[in-house]
Amino acid sequence: MSDHEYVPKSKFGKWFNDRLPLLTLASHLTDYPTPKNLNYWWTFGGILTFCLITQIVTGLTLAMHYIAHADLAFESVEHIMRDVNYGWLIRYIHANGASMFFLAVYIHIFRSLFYGSYKSPREIIWIIGIMIYLLMMAAAFMGYVLPWGQMSFWGATVITNLFSAIPLVGEGIVNWLWGGYSVDNPTLTRFFTLHYLIPFLILGLVVLHIWALHVPGNNNPVGIDVKKPSKDTVPFHPYIVIKDGFALLMFIIVFASFVFYSPNILGHADNYIEANPMVTPAHIVPEWYLLPFYAILRSIPDKLMGVIAMLSAILILAALPWLDTSKIRSAVFRPLYKQFYWILLADVLILGYVGAMPAEGLYLLIARVATAYYFIHFLIILPVLGFKEKTTPLPLSITEPVLGGMPMASAIKKKESLD
Amino acid sequence: MKNTFKISYIVILLLVGSYQVNSAEKVELLKTNWSFKGLFGKFDRGSLQRGYQVYTEVCSSCHSMKYVSYRNLAEEGGPEFTEEQVKAIAANFEVLDGPNNDGEMFIRPAKLSDKFVKPYENVKAAQAANGGAYPPDMSVLAKARSGGVDYIYSVLLGYEDPPSGVTLEDGVYYNKYMYGNNIKMVKPLSDDLIEYSDGTVASEEQMAKDVTTFLMWAAEPHLEARHKMGFKAILYLIFLTILVYFSMKRIWSRIESEV
Repeated sequence: MSDHEYVPKSKFGKWFNDRLPLLTLASHLTDYPTPKNLNYWWTFGGILTFCLITQIVTGLTLAMHYIAHADLAFESVEHIMRDVNYGWLIRYIHANGASMFFLAVYIHIFRSLFYGSYKSPREIIWIIGIMIYLLMMAAAFMGYVLPWGQMSFWGATVITNLFSAIPLVGEGIVNWLWGGYSVDNPTLTRFFTLHYLIPFLILGLVVLHIWALHVPGNNNPVGIDVKKPSKDTVPFHPYIVIKDGFALLMFIIVFASFVFYSPNILGHADNYIEANPMVTPAHIVPEWYLLPFYAILRSIPDKLMGVIAMLSAILILAALPWLDTSKIRSAVFRPLYKQFYWILLADVLILGYVGAMPAEGLYLLIARVATAYYFIHFLIILPVLGFKEKTTPLPLSITEPVLGGMPMASAIKKKESLD
Repeated sequence: MKNTFKISYIVILLLVGSYQVNSAEKVELLKTNWSFKGLFGKFDRGSLQRGYQVYTEVCSSCHSMKYVSYRNLAEEGGPEFTEEQVKAIAANFEVLDGPNNDGEMFIRPAKLSDKFVKPYENVKAAQAANGGAYPPDMSVLAKARSGGVDYIYSVLLGYEDPPSGVTLEDGVYYNKYMYGNNIKMVKPLSDDLIEYSDGTVASEEQMAKDVTTFLMWAAEPHLEARHKMGFKAILYLIFLTILVYFSMKRIWSRIESEV
């Protein structure tokens, strides 16, 4: 994407690069022109890459000691926690790493929503992102089953049973998924296999995600197109590398405080009880990062419709580039959208909260209202807003306000109040 | 800034909401000072050793601890008995081993490498001996109950006469803190039930605290190592973050832009 053609200095380098242009790729990655006004919400892409690699490395190590068998899985996890050198550390990093991964991905997604990063010409980046998110949920769900605790077993039972809502073939599909007539050893071994596979699929999609990103280049907080390279951009290395590194370190501090000081706070106590098909836990709850969708599922009285609503809630995101009809990307210049954005965020948090509560009484009512609003936001508010909203004027370039010495948002507000 | 306030407002609302819901449903658990909580939390060695005594003399007649080995009792960060003490402890128990070269199974005294000997052969035997209730394995019990050590400590001290109007079946007892208030375990602790070898007065509270500490160690044998490493790791990370921050400022000062 850079204008100049990269020529390696050494003779060997040139010989190699003519046959496999790895050096050209490296040069492209270091020179990659990046808008200089990216704020810290943009550092989560790098953080997510770190999360993925951490999960893969710790996961490989755990897989060397874990035994995927219904009679031995729980014991092998205890073996890792007690007898494997630093096994407790590796397992706690992996378990909390899943939560950190989702925390980062939610920030990444909501950053995209705020700054309109999913809009033309970045639709493909966005759709690949949604695919990654779906695979992440599948990997996390199957990973939670592997310790073969009570929540593992009953969570797996509840979620796989959702497929029975499909008319005619539902029951058959569920038995096929289980490899039997209930969640049992065959289910565990296939979940382990898939849990091992999915991260590498994610890795492949991440490469495509970044490739697709490097075609138009990064969006930015102002949301206007940037000429590349120009005085609006900086080379990725060292400017963005050091900034991403700084943000990553802050993130790792939060990560480490979970791992070392409250490693079990994000999990459920019942998962330290070995799976028992004869005893159902009082409340079956998924991990925190799946709660909003769990709330949507339970808010619909009909099972099939509930499953459809839950799936649509995720898949609707893939249609977002076309549902949002506004040509303006950044919410900074969309006063009305900005309000609705915060309401949506609150709505999702409320869904997450009621997802953790029993589905009855006031909670159920709140869940229903919040579910309805979720869909209204995407299906009605966003399409209409694009036509009705009066946006504020865009700057001509991102350097103009930046050079003025004022952060973007306040610069715009000052202009408004002067008018 | 305004948005930050909005987010924190929402988060606080949710936290307050969940707190109210929780407190409406549950009884406030008994609290005591646990030496192993906090940034530098460590187990109280004496308490762990006494806790082991309570476990062996009281709990272990019904509760197994199948993931803990005798050798663990001598390891760093645990009760830290001497190896001789632990060998003597293990020798008190018998395990079935074999087959030997003649193809016979045989009984031998337990060794350091053996797991704690179970009171019952299997779950069914445990249920049959306890009125149908299975006394849960205690290896990870402290992590397997919401409320953790506070919950276990409270249940141990929560036996009461049932309130008027509540009738209990035979072999069921009333416990203020147990989920559903019904427990099939008879009140396990009472003052001076055992005689501590270190001379500590064996009050009910003391025994409950000691055995709960022991259970926490059994569930999390590397807790001390974790706290120690965590402190060093986070200190190092903070130092590195500060260095990287200033490097970043230096690098970005080459161009006219805010980082």
